[in-house]
Amino acid sequence: MSPAFTATPFMDKTFGVTIRNLTKSFGRATVLRDVNLEIKPGEIFCIMGPSGSGKSVLLKHIAGLERATSGEVRIGGHDAGDPATRALVHLALVFQAGALFNSLTVYDNLALYPREHRLAKESGIRERVMNALSILSLEKAANKFPAELSGGMKKRVAIARALVMEPQLLLYDEPTSELDPVMSATISEIIATLREQTAVTSIVVTHDRTLAMNIAERVAFVVEGRIRAVGRPDEFKQPTDPLIANFLNPVIDLKNPRFKQLENSHE
Amino acid sequence: MNYLKAVLGHIGGTVLLLVQALQHVHTLPRQFNRFIEQCYLIGFTSLPIVTILTFFIGSVLALQSGYSMENFGAKQLIGSLVGLSVVRELGPVMVAILIAGRVGSAIAAELASMKVYQEVDALVTMNIPPERILVLPRLAAILFMMPPLTLIGILCGWYGGALVSQYTQTISVDNEAYFAALKRYMTQQDVIDGLLKAEVFGFVIVLVCCYTGLNTRGGPREIGASVTKAVVASLILILVLDFFVTKALL
Repeated sequence: MSPAFTATPFMDKTFGVTIRNLTKSFGRATVLRDVNLEIKPGEIFCIMGPSGSGKSVLLKHIAGLERATSGEVRIGGHDAGDPATRALVHLALVFQAGALFNSLTVYDNLALYPREHRLAKESGIRERVMNALSILSLEKAANKFPAELSGGMKKRVAIARALVMEPQLLLYDEPTSELDPVMSATISEIIATLREQTAVTSIVVTHDRTLAMNIAERVAFVVEGRIRAVGRPDEFKQPTDPLIANFLNPVIDLKNPRFKQLENSHE
Repeated sequence: MNYLKAVLGHIGGTVLLLVQALQHVHTLPRQFNRFIEQCYLIGFTSLPIVTILTFFIGSVLALQSGYSMENFGAKQLIGSLVGLSVVRELGPVMVAILIAGRVGSAIAAELASMKVYQEVDALVTMNIPPERILVLPRLAAILFMMPPLTLIGILCGWYGGALVSQYTQTISVDNEAYFAALKRYMTQQDVIDGLLKAEVFGFVIVLVCCYTGLNTRGGPREIGASVTKAVVASLILILVLDFFVTKALL
C-alpha cells in the first residue's frame, strides 16, 4: 500500500483524549453517565456496545459536536468543545452515514478541506485526493455524486475524505457497517496501517468483533451509557461478564430465542 | 413565557449568525465562485417570476385606480399613482415576498437537509465554519441581486400599468400622458428608498432562512417544518419591517 499520508507540520504531534465524569442528558433521558476514559496518544481504541448504548454520542463529544451536561472531554489538554481546539488539533470524523456533501462530486468532497485551508496548489490537492481515492479503490468514482454511490462506497469515500485531512486524531463511527467482509477487513487494515505510518490516535466505535479484536490496543464496552469494562482484546477472549460474553459471542438458540425470552419477561 | 423566551432565543441566534458570518467577510474574494453561483440561483432564476408578477401588479393597479379615479376626473394622474405605488411600496414588497417564497424556502430546505444529514457537522469537524461557506456567500449574493431584481420589477410594474391604461377603453390614457404624470411626481429619492427597502427585506429573508435551516433537528419531517417556519417568519418580518422602514424613510 502506498503511504496514506504525506509529511505535514502537524504530523509530528499526536494527541491523547481524556474523558472525566462525562454525563450527557437529552431532556429527561440520560445517555451517558459518569464516563471516564483515558486514550493514549497514538493508540487504536475501540468502543463497543449494544445499539443505543451511547457510543456515538460519546464520539460526538470527542469531536466537539455535543456539549457535556457535566464533566469534560480534553484532547491533549484542550477542551474538545471549544471551537478554538479545532485549529490546534487536526481531527477527522468518519460519520456512520458518510455525511458526504451531496451537491459536490466525490473528488470535490475530498478536495474541499485542503482547498478551504489552502494546504496546497490545485495540482498538489489533486495528487493528495487521488492518492486517498486509490487507497480505497475509488478512482473510478471520482466524478460521481454521492447519490450515485452504494452505501458501502459512500463509507469508503468518507474514510478517503478523512485521509485527505491528514488528521492527528481520527474518529470512526461504525466504519465497517454495511460493508462486505472483505471490504471490512480492508478498512481494518487501513485503520491499522494509518496508525503505523503516522502514529495517529484512532478511536473506533464499532460492532465489528473482528476489527476490534485484531487491530485495537484496548477496547471499552459501553452499556446503557456507562463504561462496563476496558481492557486489551486478549482480556476479552474468555469474558467473565455475561453481558460482554453474550455481546461478543451471541449464540443463536432457536429453541429458546431471545425475543421469546423478552416477551415472557414482559408478561 | 416559554414562547417569548423561544422568540428572544431565535432573535439572538439570528444576530449571532450574522456576526459569525461577518467575521469571515475577508474570505469573500476567495469564495467568488460560490458568490456567483448564489447570484445565479437567487437573482437570475427568480427573474421570470418577478417580471410576470410585477407586470400584473402594475396592470391591476392601473385597472383598479383607473376605475376609481374616473369618478373624480383625475385619470390623467394614473401614471403618478401607479408609478409611486410600485416604486415605493408594491415593487419592493412583492419582490421580497417572491424571494421569501422562492429563494428563502430553497435556502431553508437545503441547509436543513445538510444539517439533518450531518453535512454541517462534517464541516464543523473539518474546521470549516458553516457560516463562512453557507451563509456569507448567500448574504452577499442577495445584497448584490436585490437592487437589479427590484428595479426590473418596478419597470415591469410601470409598463404593465401603461399598457392597461392605454388599451382599456374606460381609462384610455396614452403612454405619453401616463409617463409624463409618472415623472412629474417621481423623484430619484423615491427610487432609492424603494431599492433600500428591498435590500433590507432581502437581507433579512436570507439571514432568517439560513438561521432556521441551520437550526433544524430531527428528520425529513423537520426539514419541511423548517421551510414553513422560515417562509412564515420571513413574510411576517417583511410586513413588520415595511412599516418601520417606510416610517424611517418618510
